[in-house]
Amino acid sequence: MTLVSGWGRFPVVDSDVLRPRSFAAVGEAVSGGTVARGNGRAYGDAAIGTVRTVAMTAFDRVRSFDPATGRIRLEAGTLLSDLIETFGPRGFLPFVVPGTRFVSVGGAIAADVHGKNHHGEGGFGRYVDSILLRTGQGEVIEASREQNSDAFFATIGGMGLTGVILEATMRLRPAETGWIRERVISASDLDAAMRALEASDSATYSVAWIDCVARGRDLGRSLIYLGEHAQTDELAEGAAAFPAGKDPGLSVPIDLPSMTLNRYSIRAFNELYYRRGARRAGGSRVVSLYPYFFPLDSLKDWNRIYGKRGFLQHQCVIPQPNARDVLGDILERVARRGDASFLAVLKKLGQGDGILSFPLPGYTLALDFPVKGDILNFLDEIDRLVVAAGGRLYLAKDARQSRATFAAGYPALQRFNAIRKSLDPAGNIRSKLSQRLFDEV
Amino acid sequence: MTSRKSAIVLGGSSDIGRAAARALAKAGYDVALAGRDVAALEPDAADLRARYNVDVGLHKFDVLDTASFEAFVDSLPALPDVVVSIVGLLGVQQNAESDLAHATMIMRSNYEGPSLILGLFAERFLARGNGTLVGVSSVAGDRGRASNYVYGSAKAGFSAFLSGLRARASRGGVHVVTVKPGFVRTKMTEGMKLIGPLTVEAPVVGDAILSAVEKKTDVVYVSGKWRLVMLIIRTLPEAVFKKLKF
Ligand SMILES: Cc1cc2nc3c(=O)[nH]c(=O)nc-3n(C[C@H](O)[C@H](O)[C@H](O)COP(=O)(O)OP(=O)(O)OC[C@H]3O[C@@H](n4cnc5c(N)ncnc54)[C@H](O)[C@@H]3O)c2cc1C
Repeated sequence: MTLVSGWGRFPVVDSDVLRPRSFAAVGEAVSGGTVARGNGRAYGDAAIGTVRTVAMTAFDRVRSFDPATGRIRLEAGTLLSDLIETFGPRGFLPFVVPGTRFVSVGGAIAADVHGKNHHGEGGFGRYVDSILLRTGQGEVIEASREQNSDAFFATIGGMGLTGVILEATMRLRPAETGWIRERVISASDLDAAMRALEASDSATYSVAWIDCVARGRDLGRSLIYLGEHAQTDELAEGAAAFPAGKDPGLSVPIDLPSMTLNRYSIRAFNELYYRRGARRAGGSRVVSLYPYFFPLDSLKDWNRIYGKRGFLQHQCVIPQPNARDVLGDILERVARRGDASFLAVLKKLGQGDGILSFPLPGYTLALDFPVKGDILNFLDEIDRLVVAAGGRLYLAKDARQSRATFAAGYPALQRFNAIRKSLDPAGNIRSKLSQRLFDEV
Repeated sequence: MTSRKSAIVLGGSSDIGRAAARALAKAGYDVALAGRDVAALEPDAADLRARYNVDVGLHKFDVLDTASFEAFVDSLPALPDVVVSIVGLLGVQQNAESDLAHATMIMRSNYEGPSLILGLFAERFLARGNGTLVGVSSVAGDRGRASNYVYGSAKAGFSAFLSGLRARASRGGVHVVTVKPGFVRTKMTEGMKLIGPLTVEAPVVGDAILSAVEKKTDVVYVSGKWRLVMLIIRTLPEAVFKKLKF
């Protein structure tokens, strides 16, 4: 047994971690209580099997690539960082990238991850044409929109619960350069922030960093980052068409004492960050895709700044009609506590593609909290607001929501369960997350 | 247009072999992979072609079959610019202590075979007047330790071979690189207790090999920390060293 956790380092639980080297060995590894694990960037307990966890990152081969269409077939353990470095210089990038590039293709499919372009271009699953799936029952099937389509749409966003994704065929985006033309807008409060995001629907990328300790008149003040792919003629003289991707240089070598992040340090940081951003607002500049898409990747192991006890991310989405009021209410309560960290993000989402995909048309808010004090009770309180508004929580970030919150947020759950059952009648595929939220007890 | 540079990786199916092949292909080399089971190398060849749009050849090579080495080198479509030998066998120390066949296999896989094949390529390279040879040895060869001296002694022999070959071949325009990776997270080290800060991932070794080829480095400790660790281990007096349990 090994102690395993997700990116938030909460919870930490026992599971046998296997690292198969062949698809046959993957098959042998799957038995009662198994789930696949990609690069472990889900925050909570999604990538931990109740008994056994099958690590997939050894499967990182590209099978084929067609430079005429951008279509690629690859093994599911391949990291997006690898794809960007390999195919970026050849003029292709993933259509959708989350806030870190250190995720596997399998993990990105299983969570149907959204990027800063979800409002216009949809999620990761939209660009997946087919998958090779090893079901809990032991079959290896190819699933696409046409063939085994139930399995396909249940696997996109299905958190690994339909089986192990072995390979995928997907499309990459032609991109002349690896640079983004970024425009920053400063919004002095929540209304201004949401107005700015509404007005930016035509932007390819948009996201707001929101200061969740600012209160009163400043409640919801934000910096909105818009982005477009830059063409070659927009680059600085002499700049390479594709920027060098530096390995994270700095790393957090030890668990910082949980004192480091307190309401004063967070407030000071946010004040500084907002002012600096606001000064830059208005103009536009060309930045490398790395800092634009993955600002946190430059600090390796940053999850350790929350100390040994780990941290929780609370990411909800609130349907469009109620979004303003409910988000205002949530932010008000969060600001009053003052311990949500500086990594707070507000973003407009569109429709999700998978049966259990998180996104729905509305606004998503993501907040980080250190694990301490009465945080679990507080988040239950926030969940009630989310449920009442017809919203839901993102499974890839979750470590603590209740069954009731989950069931209320995902009305397609019954349909998902039926498909899951048909692929895995004996219930071999089980994660700590499924045990907590899905499985019959 | 100058023709493309070419490299052959012996032991291409190992994690470090795959990483070295990727690093070289990325840098524009046409790469050949050589190993015992050619069919098993096919997915890796497809990977290199798809990623880097390079030519990839596959060749059968068995490091224990020394009698076939000359024919193997002759059978290559062209003499490559770079040869990288990753072949090796960790084996099981405890078995090697009493099972002579197992000990022999470890010695032959880590010393005899790699030395002979690189020596053979060296002759061809010297006749041509250029070329680079890379031998992946091990920090385990820096001093025999109770826990793995059969493997370590074979690696020590290989390191000494490379060192002598380098001194001789450098006069003839041929460069020899010795790589000592330290702990690498690979198939071979699966299940072993590795010390986090001293452990690297295979791609880091691949990049280090490429950089040593390009910069003509002599001896590479992939993580600089290992150079220090091994300096200390090498200089401990034998009386102290023999009491250490590692
Ligand atoms: C800093 C940071 C920023 C992030 N930003 C975003 C963001 O902007 N948008 C977003 O959507 N997400 C975001 N995430 C979450 C992350 O993208 C997802 O959790 C993603 O699933 C992680 O991929 P992984 O390879 O690490 O998978 P893991 O965390 O290892 O696994 C995640 C899920 O995928 C399943 N899985 C993994 N591989 C396979 C496979 N081969 N077959 C079947 N199932 C598999 C697991 O069972 C698990 O349920 C962020 C995470 C971090 C740490």
